Amino acid sequence: MKNRVAQFEQLILPCPGERLEAMAAESRALTLRHFGSTMRLFAPLYLSNECVNVCRYCGFSRDNPILRVTLTPGQVETEARHLMQQGFRNILLVAGEHPRFVSEHYLVECVQRLRTLGLPSVHLEVGPMETEDYRPIVAAGAEGLVVYQETYDRKIYAEMHTVGPKKDYDWRLACPDRAYAAGFRRIGIGALFGLSEWRAEATALAVHLDALLSRCWKAFFTVSLPRLRPAAGEFQPLVQMSDRDLAQIVFALRIAFPQVGIVLSTRESPSLRDGLASLGITMMSAGSHTEPGGYTGAGKDDLHLTTRGKRMEASAELIRSEGEHATEQFAIADDRPVETVVSRIREMGYEPVWKDWDTGIQ
Amino acid sequence: MPSSLVIAGRTIRSRLFMGTGKFSSNEQMRDALDASGAELVTVALRRADLSGKHDPFANILEFIDPKRYLLMPNTSGAMNAEEAVRLCRISAGAGLPKWVKLEIHPDPRYLLPDAVETLKAAEILVKEGFTVLPYINADPVLALRLQDAGCATVMPLGSPIGSHRGIETRAQIEIIIEQARVPVVVDAGLGAPSQAAEAMEMGADAVLVNTAIAVAGDPSRMARAFKSAVEAGREAYEVGIASPGKTAQATSPLTGFLKS
Repeated sequence: MKNRVAQFEQLILPCPGERLEAMAAESRALTLRHFGSTMRLFAPLYLSNECVNVCRYCGFSRDNPILRVTLTPGQVETEARHLMQQGFRNILLVAGEHPRFVSEHYLVECVQRLRTLGLPSVHLEVGPMETEDYRPIVAAGAEGLVVYQETYDRKIYAEMHTVGPKKDYDWRLACPDRAYAAGFRRIGIGALFGLSEWRAEATALAVHLDALLSRCWKAFFTVSLPRLRPAAGEFQPLVQMSDRDLAQIVFALRIAFPQVGIVLSTRESPSLRDGLASLGITMMSAGSHTEPGGYTGAGKDDLHLTTRGKRMEASAELIRSEGEHATEQFAIADDRPVETVVSRIREMGYEPVWKDWDTGIQ
Repeated sequence: MPSSLVIAGRTIRSRLFMGTGKFSSNEQMRDALDASGAELVTVALRRADLSGKHDPFANILEFIDPKRYLLMPNTSGAMNAEEAVRLCRISAGAGLPKWVKLEIHPDPRYLLPDAVETLKAAEILVKEGFTVLPYINADPVLALRLQDAGCATVMPLGSPIGSHRGIETRAQIEIIIEQARVPVVVDAGLGAPSQAAEAMEMGADAVLVNTAIAVAGDPSRMARAFKSAVEAGREAYEVGIASPGKTAQATSPLTGFLKS
């Protein structure tokens, strides 16, 4: 078997500018061959920012005194309609981990409603679940599941995740395999850069990807390389990863794993996104909000606080001072409107692909 | 004049079939189709709007004039027979032609076709009145089985989709061509016009090209180049190409005097 991981490790070693330039050219050519001059678009739709985990870097962390809400399925539909009017046909449903509010029944209902609206592609990024609990969600029409390991460094993982089911590293690590067993077709993995030394982190991610590609041969894999962004809790990155480092990982991934999708979200700046769009990225979000109800104001009549995951009323004054919306997970860096991002993609000679799936298939 | 290609009783004016993925815009795709001279054009159903609501965000079909092209939906994305059949039924229900390029590739990395599921789906679709053009690995027995099942063509791959590696399955394709009673279309892996010409010289009835044209610097010009290559290859095949020999053959034969 081809040693893709060893190749990847070589490619992320420190290198001079000319070498990086050559990697960029190879990455661009491989992306063009496998994905064409197209860019798949998606939008995140936050269902809930309630969470039972304490994760030191996350805005939704259980003990952060933030305004929280879980949208009703009707409100989720309202948000989805708004995104569909903008053009999105691929929506990623995101939620904190709170099994009481975000249960598998709730998720099934959300997916069913969106499919009934005519949305072809629904993906989920929610707390890891059992294979058996995923099955009804797949049956309801969900196409993909996204789960990031955050950090592959066990020691740092333990330091970052101190309370809640997310403490269990191995349970999370095996989540993509459970997703595959349950029938998800597209599986997204990733690491959150800023927690541990980036080369070791990226290599571990490549090892995971490589193993998954062998075990889960029917799934299409995407990789995300999110970097820590400012969020409630004011956590500061433990290590830095520069734009150049991020670009080098993108090129290395593309060269070592040419058929894998690479996602770049609005966590990154417009200039970096535009720059990388033609050099390996295959999927982008645009115009994103990272708080539930962020697109239409849905759910703002139910804003509240939580103490140890239990609901507490928030004062009218607090709600007013927080702008009458739920707190975001993190601040985005590319706040250009969807149309601007789309025209930029076209200007660069790429066709924005909104629909790349059909409800008829599943 | 080169002979015409007939599939399922319909004369097809060009032996170059076109795919519609990977273009940098729908306008560019439309222009490349125009330049290619193709009549048969395949579109991934998953990219198209099948709801009948003319979704402006999934409007690829609006760039393919049904009066000019025979639109052949394909089932790309289907991982098994059941999904492929369902897609075809939805497509027919949406008023698209009942010609389908049947492709079932459960492996998203090399997009190699699943022989078992393809045969299963073909049997069902043929019975339901579809004109089925299955994308297959270059497997001569599978080609015969599909032909027996009533498929209108067989479409063996030269090499994996988008790989530009040309006809790596040459020996198998030669057998398929020799045995076929239906047209043989070499699909996938053709990266250069010379490779398309090679397929035609081998006796393939047509080729299907997508990536090599879609990702070219100038897709319309590349489409024209493929068009010429396909025509040249076919013409040469029909004339008959001399087999290569080891010794020189003088253009003025030494024994020419004996005939006079």
